[in-house]
Amino acid sequence: MIHSSSTAELADDLATASAPRKRSFWRALLASPSGLIGLVIVAVLIFAALTAPVIAPYDPLRMAAGPRLDAPSTSYLMGTDDFGRDVLSRIIYGARLTLQIGVIAVGISLSCGLLLGLVAGYSSGWTERVLMRLVDVLFSFTEIVIALACLAIFGVGLTNAMIAIGIASIPFYARVTHSVVLVEKGKPYFEAAVAAGAGHLRLIFLHLLPNVVPTLIVIGTLGVSTAILAAAGLSFLGLGAQPPQPEWGFMLSSSRDLISRAPWMMIFPGLAIATTVLGFNLLGDGIREALDPRQTDR
Amino acid sequence: MTPDTDAPLLSVRDLTISFGKGRHRNVAVKDLSYDLRAGETLAIVGESGSGKSVSSMALLGLLPRGAATIEAGTARFDGRDLLHLSDEQLRGIRGDRVTMIFQEPMTSLTPVLRIGQQLTEALIEHKGMSRSQAAARGREMLTLVGLDDAPRRMKQFPHELSGGMRQRVMIAMAMASDPAILLADEPTTALDVTVQAQILDLMRDLKARFGTSIILITHDMGVVAEMADRVVVMRKGRKIEEGTVREIFETPQQDYTKALLAAVPRLGAHAAAAEPRQVVDGPSRPGARLLHTHGMSKTFRERGLFAAKAGGTAAMQDVGFDLAAGETLALVGESGSGKSTTGRAVLRLLELDQGVIEIGGTDMRRLSGGAVRKARREMQMIFQDPFASLNPRLSAGRLVAEPMVIHGLAKGRELQDRTEQLFTRVGLEADHMRRFPHEFSGGQRQRLSIARALSVNPKLIVADEPTSALDVSVQAQVLELMLELQQSLGLAYLFISHDMAVVEEVAHRVAVMRRGRIVEIGPRQAVLNDPRHPYTRALLAAVPVPDLTRTRGTLPTLDASTLPTGPLTEIAPQHMVAS
Repeated sequence: MIHSSSTAELADDLATASAPRKRSFWRALLASPSGLIGLVIVAVLIFAALTAPVIAPYDPLRMAAGPRLDAPSTSYLMGTDDFGRDVLSRIIYGARLTLQIGVIAVGISLSCGLLLGLVAGYSSGWTERVLMRLVDVLFSFTEIVIALACLAIFGVGLTNAMIAIGIASIPFYARVTHSVVLVEKGKPYFEAAVAAGAGHLRLIFLHLLPNVVPTLIVIGTLGVSTAILAAAGLSFLGLGAQPPQPEWGFMLSSSRDLISRAPWMMIFPGLAIATTVLGFNLLGDGIREALDPRQTDR
Repeated sequence: MTPDTDAPLLSVRDLTISFGKGRHRNVAVKDLSYDLRAGETLAIVGESGSGKSVSSMALLGLLPRGAATIEAGTARFDGRDLLHLSDEQLRGIRGDRVTMIFQEPMTSLTPVLRIGQQLTEALIEHKGMSRSQAAARGREMLTLVGLDDAPRRMKQFPHELSGGMRQRVMIAMAMASDPAILLADEPTTALDVTVQAQILDLMRDLKARFGTSIILITHDMGVVAEMADRVVVMRKGRKIEEGTVREIFETPQQDYTKALLAAVPRLGAHAAAAEPRQVVDGPSRPGARLLHTHGMSKTFRERGLFAAKAGGTAAMQDVGFDLAAGETLALVGESGSGKSTTGRAVLRLLELDQGVIEIGGTDMRRLSGGAVRKARREMQMIFQDPFASLNPRLSAGRLVAEPMVIHGLAKGRELQDRTEQLFTRVGLEADHMRRFPHEFSGGQRQRLSIARALSVNPKLIVADEPTSALDVSVQAQVLELMLELQQSLGLAYLFISHDMAVVEEVAHRVAVMRRGRIVEIGPRQAVLNDPRHPYTRALLAAVPVPDLTRTRGTLPTLDASTLPTGPLTEIAPQHMVAS
């Protein structure tokens, strides 16, 4: 419902709307201790994922690369598993899977949740009520139950697990978006835009979206760690990653029977999961601090 | 009530306060010195950012810890230096010897505790009273501040009281321990004028009764004229001038004080003029009828699970008026009178239950969604809070250009040029276009809003309290700009305001609203100089005037039940009053 001549202008406006205060944001992020630590951990993870073939000492899938269940030593820094595979190499390659899980699962839930929440919050009336009651119904099941149901439909596997986790947390993102939209809609600048004659698209994408996105970036970053944990949980149960994929949760579960003989098989994947989750949580906190207008506007 | 000439009760010397550290250090108060004598009211006046609040908060140790530093200075009170006391010692003084009233009565009472409990807390703590003694004192104080049925009030929660009643409770709390000094930070700014007048009366009365010294922090010269014995004028953290209230008002020494006094709109200053001041040569005059409204009603209903509940609050009842091109109709009234609702209804920002709105002969209520958006080219709005009404993530240039983009009036180079013209038109510079709203001052932001509204050459602008968030000197400039634009472009303004003095400056006609109805409407001189409705009279009598020669008599008491609220009848040409 917008004048066609103005669609290009709208796109132009959108580009500038998301750009302001970029430099001060990064400075603020690096200035906060949690943001800095989080950023370093996540950067290390990304680096490991990108350069895995170069930095990993062995092929993560090659069996009998060394002796079986060998304790950590100079040649096998984190020991070997029951098939003689190098645990360190598996963890480095596992970073790829972990990042994929985080990005894909959060990507699905964030984009669907954002759209649902925006539409529900903007439209009000019947659309809002129907959409949000639907979300409420989904919200009343634990995320893992929804994820299990999805896996039962799609079948077992890591990709399906990512999608399942993504779908399961849509209600959460929809709710958050909805409430932020309601707050923004109540602010005078929104009414000012309506009074200026702005159409639906302009109101949603130029006025609401840029003001909603910062909150969702924070939530999304924190959500990555939840998604990684959930995927590790599903893999642990044998519903996610399948052998011989070097997925951290799956590595944990296969170490279960050997816990007393080869504790390194459990300790290192466990540490990797914990550090990654911590990293994303810290980064999320840091971003929240950096985006807080009380700190950037002064 | 004459101030003692003995040694000062409180003596502040060389107070310097800064915010931030290192490169970001920002001095909020610099070398401030003043004395407060026993039984005296000292007004500290200044515009926003003058450091008037900060300097007083420092006395009670209420500055945000970490963010603000007291760099130098002493504040001697009772033989001690308030600025160098431990938290423990400060707590002993706070709420007992020195008490405070805040601006916002809605938020300065704890919502979950009963009035009685909040009132007696400090008495039990500081005075060592027993529970029943404290309760007796509490009831006595509530009666003193003019609340009826004190025992019942003690059992009520803050949300059960109105804003004015809550401010009375705050005053009762502040006065209950018989303090030596009462710090009042903008005590009446958030209140309606009629309530403000009652609270000021009450404070004067209590001061005479208890002999308390008052430090009154305010931006309102009218309140200063009514309350103060002596005045300290502050600007940008420094004391500009100090003197008795008579000296300040009659023979101000500093240019800034003179400018401040000159900028304050005074009710009655334009009483002799039949229309607003002429600010351009050959101004356009009110012309043909532009807006006609009739029988507008709106009830806000609570939303139930599926459908609207019955009942609700009637925000507008049978409201109707006409507005000509190039004319200003002021809608005045207190909070909850429905004046903002009316402004929004005219722009169709909210849907009416019934009524007629015609702009240039088109019935607005019959237009479809898309047609309404097109019609909005003709009518724009200026909002009260220039900070909140500009999208923080768009640049100033984009914001001003947005209405033109929406209505497809210009693009590319032409859009750029027209935006630049608008910036200079409202007194901003063209290279401000790339800045973001938070980089502008309050007055500049309101200029942005005006430029934005002007961009589509509207015929009607609804201005909802356009200057009430601004300092007086800035307010004067913005009003000047609005008058100039009206007279050169022939704009019609629907000017919503609670400030009678501002209304007198800009309006051709005035409509007074109360509880969703227009109780009096007519030409400015008829309504302001010869008010016929008792409510209009009460409203005008309550306005504080920055003039020492005018002493206000006793306030007319309003009996809500006998106020006429019936249909409007014409008592003089165009002057209509509810009967």
